[in-house]
Amino acid sequence: MKTFRKGGIHPPEDKITAGCPIVEMPVPSELRIMLSQCIGVPPKPVVKVGDSVTRGQVVAESSAFVSAPIHSPVNGKVSKIEPTRTPQGIWQDSIVIIPHGEKPTDASFTPRHQDEIDSLSPEDIIRIVGEAGIVGLGGAAFPTRVKLTIPKGKKADTVIINGAECEPCLTCDDALMRSDADGIVTGTLLIMRATGAEKGIIAIEANKPEAIKAMKKAVSRFGNLQVETLKKKYPQGGEKQLIYAVTGKTVPAGSLPIETGCIVDNVATAFAVFNAVCNGIPLMERIVTVTGPDLSSPGNYLVRNGTRISDILDFAGGMPENTGKVVAGGPMMGKAVSCIEASSSKGLSGIVVIPDSKSMRRQASPCIRCARCVAACPMGLEPYLLMRQGEMSLWEDMKRHGATNCLECGSCTYICPASRPLLDYIKLGKQEIRKANS
Amino acid sequence: MTITISIIILGVIGITAAILLFMAAKKFQVFEDPKIGEIEELLPGANCGGCGFSGCHAFAVECAAAKTLDGINCTGVTGDVMKKIADIVGLAPCAVHRKVAIVRCSASCENRPPLNRYDGVSSCAIENALYQGESDCIYGCLGGGDCVSACPFGAISIREGEILPVVDYSKCTGCGKCVETCPRHLCELAPYNEGKPIVWVACANRDRGPIAMKECGVACIGCSKCRKVCKDGAPVIESFIAHIDQSKCTSCGECIKACPRHSIVSSTPVDNPSSATE
Repeated sequence: MKTFRKGGIHPPEDKITAGCPIVEMPVPSELRIMLSQCIGVPPKPVVKVGDSVTRGQVVAESSAFVSAPIHSPVNGKVSKIEPTRTPQGIWQDSIVIIPHGEKPTDASFTPRHQDEIDSLSPEDIIRIVGEAGIVGLGGAAFPTRVKLTIPKGKKADTVIINGAECEPCLTCDDALMRSDADGIVTGTLLIMRATGAEKGIIAIEANKPEAIKAMKKAVSRFGNLQVETLKKKYPQGGEKQLIYAVTGKTVPAGSLPIETGCIVDNVATAFAVFNAVCNGIPLMERIVTVTGPDLSSPGNYLVRNGTRISDILDFAGGMPENTGKVVAGGPMMGKAVSCIEASSSKGLSGIVVIPDSKSMRRQASPCIRCARCVAACPMGLEPYLLMRQGEMSLWEDMKRHGATNCLECGSCTYICPASRPLLDYIKLGKQEIRKANS
Repeated sequence: MTITISIIILGVIGITAAILLFMAAKKFQVFEDPKIGEIEELLPGANCGGCGFSGCHAFAVECAAAKTLDGINCTGVTGDVMKKIADIVGLAPCAVHRKVAIVRCSASCENRPPLNRYDGVSSCAIENALYQGESDCIYGCLGGGDCVSACPFGAISIREGEILPVVDYSKCTGCGKCVETCPRHLCELAPYNEGKPIVWVACANRDRGPIAMKECGVACIGCSKCRKVCKDGAPVIESFIAHIDQSKCTSCGECIKACPRHSIVSSTPVDNPSSATE
């Protein structure tokens, strides 16, 4: 079985929601839709307080290229446009929508006819993807329109659909592959048409046999598509790691994956592309894995964009008494939530509730020079050195030693026997380097 | 016999090497103004950079070469030392106003109770990059002590059981290291005059009044009461927060009495850290 070459770790899987079907979460009493949900320029609201909005209506958009519009997931009324807190507690502008009680349906969207879909040009597909507000749903939330627009002089030959889901605990991609394999395949074919790629590979880690079976069945009708089973290793879902695992090509430092002719998109992104192009449904909701050892009903929930994290946790049986940390995203790369009243966004793939006993960091002790962080780093960096430089504020040196290549997977911090906060300092250094560059 | 030969050989090598070294030292000698050494001895040697030069040596070089001492001043020494330096170079000393650091946050744990627990690295820079901080206020002091470790003169300390840093004005030289370091930009330099307390708004919360009020018990809400009572027009209100223009402030203390939120504080001119944040 294929996998990536350098580094990597094997954290315990803890995928307790692996068999759970996708359950639609009821519409909460209030949706707080944050304006900045993707990398790039945050869109501006195009609705006013008091306006009625319908499901699928654009509520915020921007003329900037690296940006994605935001749609209302429900029929309702805009009650406020005000700053609310992000999960990290920072203020951010958001649109508050009070839904009209009824259950949202997709009846109001008109699916495109098969002939019409077949006649779409690559530009049309990219335009539809942009208008549907699709962003990378793996967690980074990079606008998909930008990714599908191939820079001049470059050529895409392979589309890799990322179903690795290497993060422990998360099962949202797994659940989607098991239930909507055909949609993902159609989305993949559309992405291939938009980018001009001839080959499509759906890469799945070996720990998801059900998903592999479903996807293999769905791709069997298409000769230019294949399912690649990968050996389980974290961080296989990283763009550069996945490209190496699947094609054996290395993305040069500091350049984009298109240099190798590959486009990597998450399975949920492919499904969103299918929904937008074939069914005319923009991206307004996503599957979120809500999990934790003491949560009474963990599962994979279909959550409307803007639902408060506290509402999601209530739906999953309420936050257990012994909760120590709530993490937005996976346990490896996710960020701890300091404001439970914050709302979900397009990039939220999971909510992990960690009990008190397991949530605290261990006391850091001096580096013992075991170099396990160097062995674990999938980018071939020297985390112990970068941390030392970070402690001494030597940002220039950090840049020279490749800190900007760090993908923040946290393998170094996970493996460190001295529990040193390696990634914290690398992240700080990356931020300082960005500041110095701008 | 062997011993004698060894002594002679070693002696000859020693003398030859000494002559060579002496000649090399003469040939490659670099002339340095003796004033530079004299000046450097008077300087604190903290290399804080408060003077605007890269360190104490660079400052000494600059002093020795300068035609006028205007604008050249070491923040780390008293006026007497600068006079001595001026005497060495034979120029008039630069007229300076001593500055000290003030901290624009006065909220203790009682005023803004911690809502979450931070167990990451004890560094304000990292904590600030990660999230809001332990309390509801995203502008306030994190208490990680970055300023304490940045201060080259040991003037800043965080007392046991508290989160706010306290500046010891007998040690603070106004070098500005803490101003550079604080990721929330809470440290500021203010002119220090013997006998005149510094009055400042110890808050940086830029949220609207009602929100700021909920976030912290001593947050400035930008109510303008200080501006109304001030005869000198020192307080300026900008983005829901007051700021006192130190060049206009006469330290009358009217605004401290008028502030309904107790966010304006004053230092007393005594060099006592315990009275610095009252």
